[in-house]
Amino acid sequence: MKSPSILSCQKVTVSFDGFKAVQEMSLELASGELRFLIGPNGAGKTTMLDAICGKVKPAGGVVEFHGRKGTVDVTRRKEHEIAQLGIGRKFQTPSIFSGLTVEENLEIAMAQNRGVWATLRAAMTKADRERVDAELELIGLEDKKRLRAGLLSHGEKQWLEIGMMLLQEPEILLLDEPVAGMTDKETDKTGELLREIVRKRTVVVVEHDMEFVRNFASKVTVMHEGKLLKEGSMDEVQRDDRVAEVYLGRKRRDYDAVGSTA
Amino acid sequence: MQWMSRLPRRAWLLIGYAAAAAALFSAPLYLNDFRLNLLAKCLAFAIVALGLDLLWGYTGILSLGHGVFFGLGAYAMAMHLKLAAGGSRIPDFMGWMGLTKLPWFWEPFKSFAFAAAMGLILPSALALLLGFFTFRNRIRGVYFTILTQALVIITVTLFVGQQAYTGGTNGLTGYTKLFGYSLTSGTAKTMAYLATAAALLAAFAVCRHLVNSRFGKVLRAIRDGENRTRFLGYDPAYYQMAVFAVSAGLAGLAGMLFVLHVGIISPTMMAIVPSIELVLLVAIGGRGTLIGAVIGAILLTQAKSQLSASYPDFWLFLLGALFIVVTVFMPGGIVGLIRQARQAILRRRSENEITLDSIVSKSNGVV
Repeated sequence: MKSPSILSCQKVTVSFDGFKAVQEMSLELASGELRFLIGPNGAGKTTMLDAICGKVKPAGGVVEFHGRKGTVDVTRRKEHEIAQLGIGRKFQTPSIFSGLTVEENLEIAMAQNRGVWATLRAAMTKADRERVDAELELIGLEDKKRLRAGLLSHGEKQWLEIGMMLLQEPEILLLDEPVAGMTDKETDKTGELLREIVRKRTVVVVEHDMEFVRNFASKVTVMHEGKLLKEGSMDEVQRDDRVAEVYLGRKRRDYDAVGSTA
Repeated sequence: MQWMSRLPRRAWLLIGYAAAAAALFSAPLYLNDFRLNLLAKCLAFAIVALGLDLLWGYTGILSLGHGVFFGLGAYAMAMHLKLAAGGSRIPDFMGWMGLTKLPWFWEPFKSFAFAAAMGLILPSALALLLGFFTFRNRIRGVYFTILTQALVIITVTLFVGQQAYTGGTNGLTGYTKLFGYSLTSGTAKTMAYLATAAALLAAFAVCRHLVNSRFGKVLRAIRDGENRTRFLGYDPAYYQMAVFAVSAGLAGLAGMLFVLHVGIISPTMMAIVPSIELVLLVAIGGRGTLIGAVIGAILLTQAKSQLSASYPDFWLFLLGALFIVVTVFMPGGIVGLIRQARQAILRRRSENEITLDSIVSKSNGVV
C-alpha cells in the first residue's frame, strides 16, 4: 500500500427489514484517492455511501475513518458528528436549501463551529467573504449569488451543492451520481469541477455514466447485489467476464455458467 | 414613482420603521381609552405572533399549543396582581376552597421582579423540556403539532382541576393595583400601553436580529431540508429547541402584558381554539416575514373584537373559513399578496419598456 488508508470498511452489512442491500462489503480507500463505485441498479452503491455517512446504520461490520481527529468507527456516530469529523456527502438529487440565496447556502456550509451559540454570534468576516467569493467563482455562479437557490437550473443546483461540499472542507467526499440528468456541456463542466476537487481530498463517486468514468484514470469498484464483484482499473474491469455479464444481462450464460455470482 | 427608487431600500425600511414606531408611541394622544386598550391587546398578540413566526415561518415547526406558553406568562403576572390586590390576605378563591395559608409556590410571586422573570422562564423552560424529548428523537411535522395539542389539553385540565391553587375555570381576576397605582386610572392604562408598544418594538428588533444572523439562516435551512443540515454537520435538534424556547418566551411576555390590559386570565384563554387563533394571526399576515406576523395580529384582533361583539356565534365559523381560505388561496398571507401585486406591476412595466425599445429600434432601422 502506497499511501496510508483513510477509510476502511470491513464486512459492512446493511439490511432493510431482512433484505440485505449490502452484504459483507469491504472497501479500502487510500488518502487522496479518487474511487468510482459502479454497478447495475440495486447493487447497493448508494446504500454503501449511506452507511459511511451515517444515514443508515449497518447491521454488521465496521467503518473506520482515519481522519484528523484519529481513528473513529463512524457506525457509532450520528450524522452531524460524522459530517463534523470530515466526511461530506452529496446526494443524487440536488439538495440545496431552496429558500436561501446562493450566497447564504455557501455561508452556512462553510467549515465553522456549528453550535447554536456560535452561529448566533457569527459575523461574515473578510476572510469568510473571500472564501465564499472564491467558491462562487469556481462554480461559476458569481452573478447569481443573490438569487434564491430554488430558482437555479438543475445543473446549477448540482454545482452549488458541490461548492457547498468544498467549503465544508471534508477529508472524504462521497458523491452520488453527480452528472445524472445533466446535458453534455454541463457534464463536461462537472468533470472539470471534479478534477479540481480531487486534487485536495479523497473522493468516492457513484456513477452510471461509463463515458464519464472513463475520463478519469482511476480505480473502479464494481458492486453487484450488495457484494463486491471486482476492483481494479477501468480496463481491467471492462475485460472482466462477470462484470460484462452483470452489465450486459444474461447473454453469456449459455457458454459461461460458472462466472455468475447471482 | 421615479423619486422612490433614488433612496436605497434600507433607508426606506428605516423610515418605515421610524414612522410605525412614532405612530405607536403617539397613539395615546389620538385614541380614546377603549380604542387604546384594544390596540394594546393587538400589540400583545403581535408579540406572540412574532414568536410563532420564528418557529413556524422560519423553522417550519407548527405549534398549536402556544396558548399554553401565553397562559403561563399571563398566570405569572396575574398571580402577582392578585397578591398585590389582596394585601396581606390570601386570594379570595383560596378561602372559598378552604385554604388558610398561601401555598409555598405563590409566596415569591409577591415580588414583581420574580413574577416577571417567571413569566419568561416558565414558558421557555417548558418548551425546552418538550423540545428535548421531541426534537432529539426526531419527532417533527404533524406528530409534533399533535403533541403540542396534547400539551394544551393537559395544561388546561391541570389548571381547571387545581382550583384551590389556580382559581379553576374562573381563572384569576379582580386585580386593582400594580406598584401601588390603581390599574383603572387613565395614566396606568397609558403606561401599560406604552410598555406593550416598547415590548413589541424590542421583540421585533430581537427577532430581526435572530433572523438575519447566521443562526437564522440555519433555521431556514432546517425548514428547507432538516436532514440535509445534518450532513453539513449541524444538529437540528438544538436549533429547534432554541427557537422553540425563544418563541415560548415571547408568548409568555405577551401573556403578561395581556393580563394588564384585560384584567383576567382563565384556562379557556389558553385552550385549543385560542391556540389555533394565534397561528392564524401569522398565517393571515404572512408567515416567514416578521412584519407580516405583526400586521396579521393587529388586523385579526381588531376584526375579532368588532365581529365577536356583534355576532358571537358567527366568529368561530368565520375563523374556520378564514383558515381554509388562507391556506388554500393565499399561502403567503397579506404580505404575500402585496409582494405578488408588486411583482405583477414591475413585470408589466418592464414589458412596456421592452415593447417601447423594440419599436424604437425598429423605427431606427427603417429611418
